[in-house]
Amino acid sequence: MSASTSVGPVLPAVTGTPRRRRGRWNVPLVAGLVLFALIVLCALCAPLLTSYDPIQQNLNDAFLAPGAKNHLLGTDSLGRDVLSRLLYGARVDLRVGVLAVISPFVIGSLLGLISGWFGGWIDAVIGRIVDMVIAFPFLVLVIALVFAMGPGTTSIYTAITLVGWVAYCRIVRGQVLIAKEQEYAMAARASGLPTWRILLRHLLPNVVLQAIVFSMSDIVLTLLAIVTLGFLGLGVPPPTPDWGTMIQEGQQFILDKWYMSTIPGLAVVLTGLALALIADGIVEKANK
Amino acid sequence: MKYLVYILKRLVSLIPVLLGISFIVFFLIRLIPGDPAATLLGSHATPDAIRELRIQLGLTDPLWKQYLTFLGHLLQGNLGYSYVYSSSVLDLVTISLPVTIWLLVSGTVFTLLIAVPLAVLAAARRNGIADNIIRAVPVVGLGLPAFWLGIMLILVFGLKLGWFPVAGYGDTLSDHLRGMVLPGVTIALTLSPILIRSLRASMIDVLSSDYIVTAHAKGISTSRVVLGHALRNAAVSSVTVLGVNIAYLTGSTLVVERVFSLPGIGQQMINSILGRDFPTVQGITLMFAIMVVVVNLLTDVTHAALDPRVKLA
Repeated sequence: MSASTSVGPVLPAVTGTPRRRRGRWNVPLVAGLVLFALIVLCALCAPLLTSYDPIQQNLNDAFLAPGAKNHLLGTDSLGRDVLSRLLYGARVDLRVGVLAVISPFVIGSLLGLISGWFGGWIDAVIGRIVDMVIAFPFLVLVIALVFAMGPGTTSIYTAITLVGWVAYCRIVRGQVLIAKEQEYAMAARASGLPTWRILLRHLLPNVVLQAIVFSMSDIVLTLLAIVTLGFLGLGVPPPTPDWGTMIQEGQQFILDKWYMSTIPGLAVVLTGLALALIADGIVEKANK
Repeated sequence: MKYLVYILKRLVSLIPVLLGISFIVFFLIRLIPGDPAATLLGSHATPDAIRELRIQLGLTDPLWKQYLTFLGHLLQGNLGYSYVYSSSVLDLVTISLPVTIWLLVSGTVFTLLIAVPLAVLAAARRNGIADNIIRAVPVVGLGLPAFWLGIMLILVFGLKLGWFPVAGYGDTLSDHLRGMVLPGVTIALTLSPILIRSLRASMIDVLSSDYIVTAHAKGISTSRVVLGHALRNAAVSSVTVLGVNIAYLTGSTLVVERVFSLPGIGQQMINSILGRDFPTVQGITLMFAIMVVVVNLLTDVTHAALDPRVKLA
């Protein structure tokens, strides 16, 4: 440890190294976008990449190892082609994951905007509801809601919306509390603009960035929630392919067919990585 | 004394939250599409049985009265009776709760063991090789499904190497401890990225403050400055981060218990869902929320105890 003789190395904040150049793009953002585009492309081109039907069973060809009989990633316990289940599963999971973030984003941001701007009893009421919802672990409440509403994608969307909006509401509300004391907001108010115009045209563009950054990691969390629901047998109902269900089915045969769970899991990790890189890149860009 | 008053105030402020929780749990049964009684009994139910269950569930009463009855039962510690097991929901929860608490403790311990050294290393050698690697880890870790990680750990350390049990929790204390290693590590690996990130940031913050410069100037060794002076102060804000995330990860215990076949409340909840045992699902949902509330309370109280700047008023 050379540092023990000098104070230099532990005082980095003052000196700082010249960081990456300014610009619209940065490494994580580009890497994330490219990776994500590839995954989306694979999902969209699924029919071109595989000739097998993802739900077509063929019990004579069950448990084929990767590469056998023209099945690149093998077949599952019902003889369904794993590669095509993986690709078609991406369609299902990505669609649900991205769509399920939109309504919490919109609802939460609007309520946060209203809550922060008006304050008073409106803020108090919204604040109490937020407290109620965040008292539950995200996954537990989503699972309980999906259970109560019955299986299916509609239930999943609804459950994630009912639980997910609170995060956006808190983020936007906090930003509004800061923004509304700033000159531009006061000027807008003083010039007698209608409230909705101040909120949507002046305030929203200034406060929404944090919510957008969060929505990137939120897509990852939502994707994980959907895959987890599938793993627990509460997700998109079979035989629709879904990565979580595939991992769960593979777990039973883990001892001699380790790849059955590993491959769909890697798909989740890769997708999560792509989205996390994008989120990281946006943060880095915003901090410039 | 002031501290006791603070704790008391904090406890009083929990009442509306607890009421809210009970309200949401109560409303779960209202979300069942159509007639809850018919859905609960399944398609073979006779109209008489459905009518009887409606009365038994109090579905014929006005909504406010149903909620008050539900709340009254809760206050007496009555969570209802399981449809599947011949026991009360409270008994089911009390049997399985210790396993979940063990798991949470094990997860927290492993998280600290992983996160603290890495964060300190990264902050002390900022922008070094180690720092850059450690900073990249959270990006990968964010999208890691806990259950899949658990399966992979089982595959490698349980099946191939045989170091740890593949499933279950055993009967003796040493079995418990051994059985808790892989699940705890699973939780730690998903939790520590977030903690590393925040602890590293606050370490860097603290390391650039005046009193650290003074400590260096006095000739105190670097390791002592970093571990003795800086870490203690940086840890304060990370307690809150850890608390918030333990609360979030309480949800993950559910999945981890499922993967490792641990008989905790998460496992119980999934089994009850698959068995359509509504009162048990309701009771366990409530229990999970109470656990989060308790963890949050402990976090605030610890934070206040560690940091004299926290206003106790």
